[in-house]
Amino acid sequence: MQTSVLLITFLAMGLVAVAFGYVVKRSGTRDEDYSTITRQGYLIRRWWMLALCAVGVLVSAWTLIPFPLQAAINGEARSVDVVAKQWSWEIESRSARVGETVRYRVTAADVNHGFALYGPDDQIVAQTQAMPGYVNELNVTFEQPGVYRVLCLEYCGVAHHAMTAEINVTEGP
Amino acid sequence: MATQQTDYATPEAERTPVVKLYLAIGLIVFAGLMLVGVVMRAAQGASFISLGPDLFYQLMTLHGAGMVGTAGLAALAVNWYYLSRYVKLNQRIFLAGLLLALVAVLMIVGSILIGKFAAAWTFLYPLPANPLGLWSTGAALFFVGGLLVLGVAFLLVYLDMGLAIVRRYGSIARALGLPMLFGKEKIDSAHPPTVVASAMVLIVNVLGIAAGAVVLVMTMLHLVFPDLELDALLMKNLIFFFGHVFINAAIYAAVIAVYEILPLYARRPWGVSRPFLAAWFAATLMVLAVYPHHLLMDFALPSWMAVMGQIVSYLSGIPVLVVTAFGGLLLIYRSGIRWDAASSLLVLGLFGWAAGIIPAVIDGMIQVNLVMHNTQWVPGHFHFYLLIGVVPMVLGFASYLCSNGQQGQTGRLGVAVFGVGATLLCLSFLVSGANSVPRRFAVHEEAWQWLGNIGAFSGALVLIGTLMIALPILVRLPRARLTAGT
Repeated sequence: MQTSVLLITFLAMGLVAVAFGYVVKRSGTRDEDYSTITRQGYLIRRWWMLALCAVGVLVSAWTLIPFPLQAAINGEARSVDVVAKQWSWEIESRSARVGETVRYRVTAADVNHGFALYGPDDQIVAQTQAMPGYVNELNVTFEQPGVYRVLCLEYCGVAHHAMTAEINVTEGP
Repeated sequence: MATQQTDYATPEAERTPVVKLYLAIGLIVFAGLMLVGVVMRAAQGASFISLGPDLFYQLMTLHGAGMVGTAGLAALAVNWYYLSRYVKLNQRIFLAGLLLALVAVLMIVGSILIGKFAAAWTFLYPLPANPLGLWSTGAALFFVGGLLVLGVAFLLVYLDMGLAIVRRYGSIARALGLPMLFGKEKIDSAHPPTVVASAMVLIVNVLGIAAGAVVLVMTMLHLVFPDLELDALLMKNLIFFFGHVFINAAIYAAVIAVYEILPLYARRPWGVSRPFLAAWFAATLMVLAVYPHHLLMDFALPSWMAVMGQIVSYLSGIPVLVVTAFGGLLLIYRSGIRWDAASSLLVLGLFGWAAGIIPAVIDGMIQVNLVMHNTQWVPGHFHFYLLIGVVPMVLGFASYLCSNGQQGQTGRLGVAVFGVGATLLCLSFLVSGANSVPRRFAVHEEAWQWLGNIGAFSGALVLIGTLMIALPILVRLPRARLTAGT
């Protein structure tokens, strides 16, 4: 996911850069007939806006239906309570099986924290905020065996970066 | 709608002195805080500098609060200077705003460097009251109180701006061009874009700062009365509404420099039209409505807020890409523009804003946010439209004001060094985010450190470029005369 996001971002930013580069390169010789330039420009702008709107509708429909924060539930999920506090994690169960869906019920005992689950390849799999007074439910289906790490992704004080835990994911029943 | 400017404008002699003070302080503080940023990235790179976590997080708080405040003040100077062409503003109130802001700066810097306050500029409740011995309640009160004083400084200046706008245009809505947009008045192409932008900034930032004042006072009450328990989600909503609106208002205020100066270079008009007014009206509403995209990982929020955050996040990019950036490109296309420090910086600023919207909009998608939230992707996109957006706009304005943009070979080289360094820095943040490197970590794992070193190197280039542009401006500033046509 992250690599695709990066490539799409660079591609779109590259297009913006090309548009600026094109215009800057053609900015040197003056054309006094600005009304013709604006007329042609407004025509391009109309299509440009329609294209952006069309992309927006398609991307919104593709990414919001079904609603992504509830779509990860595959059948029955095992609930695991998680309490974050400065600067450690209380996790009811630190193990899971490949293919299993775990519903982490995340809260905080003191300040805001961020419950981020890093896969064995050190990429974020999913995350939610840990907030005092609230329980956020995060459904995770483990797809690979190995050691998953929990890092705090909401700044919570001087040992924020050291607030880690591990979850072991094994194959088989 | 057009009225004789001279009847309403601020006297010429009053337009520059305080703006110069804002600019001088702004440029010096920008450079100083860039150095702090370089030190932090170098510490994350772990090759040249080592910082203790307590000092790192203090510097992080200083860099965040300082840059947001300075961007706001510098953009306010741009806004005030050009709005004063069209309405009669009070120079003494503008100066009082600066003095109040300096008091705020002393309180904030003192709380961090002396009181060791390190709860980040976002002061997320209830962290200021939970330092586990690292800072005192007094230090937290000074920091939060400093932000409150800064907000009062802005409100004071906005009050004067609002009154002056109403005196000339009858209402803020009329200044925003709503009667023209909705067909009650004919489109007046002489209605200044600056006035439209000022009305928008005024509306959103007064509301944003008011929300900020509420949450700051609530935080202070909690610090004094720890038994007073507040709703963490409500506090978070207020903080992110305030923070989002405030920093966006800085961008929309700084772009006034582009609207005013670029047409002089291109020798073409940048007048208002119905699409222009529609874009600014839409931006007004969307800047106020989009903040839930900061709270997508707070699943306790109603789902409709997350959906709204994603959709409005996308929509809010359209006015910038379709109207402002496109309008700027149209203006300079085959214009015979003179490329010097000021014009290059202003176009770079427009590019940074337009390009920075893309990673911001993508991060505003719930599915992406699930793996990118609070990684370095976030500083990646906001540095794009602040460092390559607001900062070049302010530098371009200062360069034009002081030397008509003609800063010679050093100025042109400075722009190139700044542009290359800033782009590399932002890209290093984005690549870090794609590699799941967390933001706001004092200590980075070995696998992430090379990205920190690239960030430090590129940040150093940014600082060098900034100094090459800003130092000659600072030398000339006290004696600078108005540039013709401004």
